[in-house]
Amino acid sequence: MVVTHNAKVAVHGQTHQGTRQPAGTDVDLMSEILLEVKNFKVTLEESPILSDLNFTVGEGEFLTILGPNGSGKTVLVKALLDLLPYSGELNWHKKPRIGYLPQGLNQMSVREMPLTVKDFFTLKKLKQGEILNYLALVGLAKPVLNKRAGYLSGGEFQRMLVAWVLASRPNVLFLDEPTTAVDIAGGETIYSLLRDVWREQKLTIFNVTHDLNIVFAHSTHVLCLSRFGHCCYGIPKEVLTPEVLSDVYGTEIKFHTH
Amino acid sequence: MTHQLVLSLISGVFIAGSAAYLGTLMLSKKMAVVAGPLGHLALPGAALALVYGFSISLGAFPFVVAGILLIWLLEIRTKLQMEALTAIVFATGVAAAFLFLPIDKAEAALVGDISKVGVHATMASVILGLLVFVAVKSCYSKIMLISIHEDLAKTEGINVRFYNLVYLSAIAIIVALGVDLVGGLMTAALVAIPAAAARNVSKTLVQYGLASGSLGIVAAIIGILSSTFTGLPAGPLVILTSALIFLVTVPMAKV
Repeated sequence: MVVTHNAKVAVHGQTHQGTRQPAGTDVDLMSEILLEVKNFKVTLEESPILSDLNFTVGEGEFLTILGPNGSGKTVLVKALLDLLPYSGELNWHKKPRIGYLPQGLNQMSVREMPLTVKDFFTLKKLKQGEILNYLALVGLAKPVLNKRAGYLSGGEFQRMLVAWVLASRPNVLFLDEPTTAVDIAGGETIYSLLRDVWREQKLTIFNVTHDLNIVFAHSTHVLCLSRFGHCCYGIPKEVLTPEVLSDVYGTEIKFHTH
Repeated sequence: MTHQLVLSLISGVFIAGSAAYLGTLMLSKKMAVVAGPLGHLALPGAALALVYGFSISLGAFPFVVAGILLIWLLEIRTKLQMEALTAIVFATGVAAAFLFLPIDKAEAALVGDISKVGVHATMASVILGLLVFVAVKSCYSKIMLISIHEDLAKTEGINVRFYNLVYLSAIAIIVALGVDLVGGLMTAALVAIPAAAARNVSKTLVQYGLASGSLGIVAAIIGILSSTFTGLPAGPLVILTSALIFLVTVPMAKV
């Protein structure tokens, strides 16, 4: 079944529409619905973080969740993963195998443990051959196996984590700011790598970032959140107009797309 | 070697070995210090055991379980930091113990009583020590993953509550057994020091577990043996031996 429909997001009466049709992208996005989110609401310690969120995500999308700090991006991801309480509807049309790269998983949290890269993968009961296959996917070679995970370079560590998450064979990947601890070049490497893996393994990716470059360079779709409850969903070039961006970021944003 | 010394050594080896192995997880979960207040909370139980003449560990166990439940509930209810709860629980345990602990018998509760351990208590130490070791070994990867990142563990399909329960039960058993070996004041050292020393010398997770267990066992043997020669209580000697081992490993620490 091929579904083509209008995705619609309405928050506090603000509505921006986008379509699921690809606009000059090279990927077939006329996909089946994977996730439907209706009247989604998250309230933490009595303050509403997200309210009345409605969107649908198609199988195979590279969806970027965009927004400034404090707009609830991480909260949305955690609620979608059932790690936070929410109200409203969350319908997975197919049972997903989820991989998750959380924001707080940084190198400092493993540096204090005598944990080699091999140990890290052994926590998943993988054999050495399998580990090497997954490491090869992210461009890491055998010598890295016996290095302490906490002492890899920031980029290597992040690539190792991507490989580690992929080792559970997910078909849906949630990435929360996967390049925070990495320099610009390293971040670009990680994104091009993610894009390759996304294409080859036909993944659906939910990627959280506050970086507009990422949206235009790598995403098929964007969901933007702001601190003021405004919101948009659709194909980046269509929905991210200067007006929408200034709504989202609360200030005028100039961004030049090629 | 006397019959009593053999019993003391067997008990000491099983308690200290499994405590040190469990300690490698507690150190990475930043929980090592929790074993301290739990030991203190065991003091009223130890006091009751001394007054009525049964095993210190047996008396300590229900109090440790109650202590774990108390800390767990207080943390959920008050969101207070672990240090604050630790101080509250610590003081309560010690104060309650001194209300009815006969002062002439206090030494056994405070610094342990392994040199007088009986056959039944030794058997209990062996069985429970092994049980903790097997439980910790089979849950090690899962608990390690939970301590690295709880949400990550959850999305990988790990039942975090179940493994936390296994982990806390293991801590309860080890603390209760540890009260017999080193007394209610020093149980934290039993889990923390060998693990800290092992971390200094280990590069991999397997080395870490092996080194910690071995160092714990070595410290117990040296401590108990030197107690028979010097006539000093075994508990403090076990702890001081492992502290000495820790000091030796400090120059090897990778920071």
